[in-house]
Amino acid sequence: MSQRIGVVQFPGTNCEQDNIDTIKNLGGDAEILWHGSDTIGSVDAIVIPGGFAHGDYLRCGAIARFSPIMTAISRFAKSGGVVLGICNGFQILTETGLLPGALQKNVGLKFLCQMESLIVDSTSSAIGRWFKSGEKLQIPINHFEGNYVCSPEVMSELEAYGQIFLRYESNPNGSIGSIAGISNKEGNIIGMMPHPERATSDLLGSIDGNRILRGLLEGNVKNNS
Amino acid sequence: MTIWRVKIEVSPRSGIADPAGATIERSLPALGFENVQNVRLGKLIRLDIEAENREDVEKLVSDMCERFLTNPVIEDSCVEISES
Repeated sequence: MSQRIGVVQFPGTNCEQDNIDTIKNLGGDAEILWHGSDTIGSVDAIVIPGGFAHGDYLRCGAIARFSPIMTAISRFAKSGGVVLGICNGFQILTETGLLPGALQKNVGLKFLCQMESLIVDSTSSAIGRWFKSGEKLQIPINHFEGNYVCSPEVMSELEAYGQIFLRYESNPNGSIGSIAGISNKEGNIIGMMPHPERATSDLLGSIDGNRILRGLLEGNVKNNS
Repeated sequence: MTIWRVKIEVSPRSGIADPAGATIERSLPALGFENVQNVRLGKLIRLDIEAENREDVEKLVSDMCERFLTNPVIEDSCVEISES
């Protein structure tokens, strides 16, 4: 049976359909999870896609944490369920406290929308385990607040526990350690600023994003164990 | 119960890069404003709150800053409380 992925939609989310299309093209099943629902139903993994949840009022991702679905997602994640936050989804995961650190405005104060070369660092997460350390991926970014920042203590932990999944080859936004994506210690909660759902066809300039989302379909720790 | 008027200034923590503040700082000399330093760009949140005394207000505001109004990883807050 194919894996069923829940793709969360907040008011202001705008990448949900691209994620659903990609997951379906890869042979998975996908459904929208409305932010106002207090249950995630029977999905095997969750994507929190990009956009501007609740208008990004106050701070990116700050209001999203009060949506009822987030309580259900936190419960799912804490019991080992795989959750991938992309762009605004990554910001929401840090604001919710499911991932460490924060994302602030890009150095240079420019909204960046461009292809980036990424280097796979740790392969210990649920998605990272389908990659080789040192591999390069071409996946675009599309953000204003993608400059990852954390305390030196958190940075040492990220390094020590193999939580740094992706780094930029040439740091476009000022992120500490050129970080483009991280996971929690357990490896089941993953956040990344680049948009894998926008690198899914040669027409788009890269198909490397397919591998990230396929990793989500195949790499479900909870269901494969 | 008294109504207290609260001003919360949220700004980037010291040590955290503030590219917006830095851009303003670089622009000011162009208008002849030399000798300006430490420009930080933040935001101001105003609210009224009903409470018995100032200590209660301080406690409540500190709690809301910690849990919601600021992101302690990157932001600091400075609170000003007055009787309305």
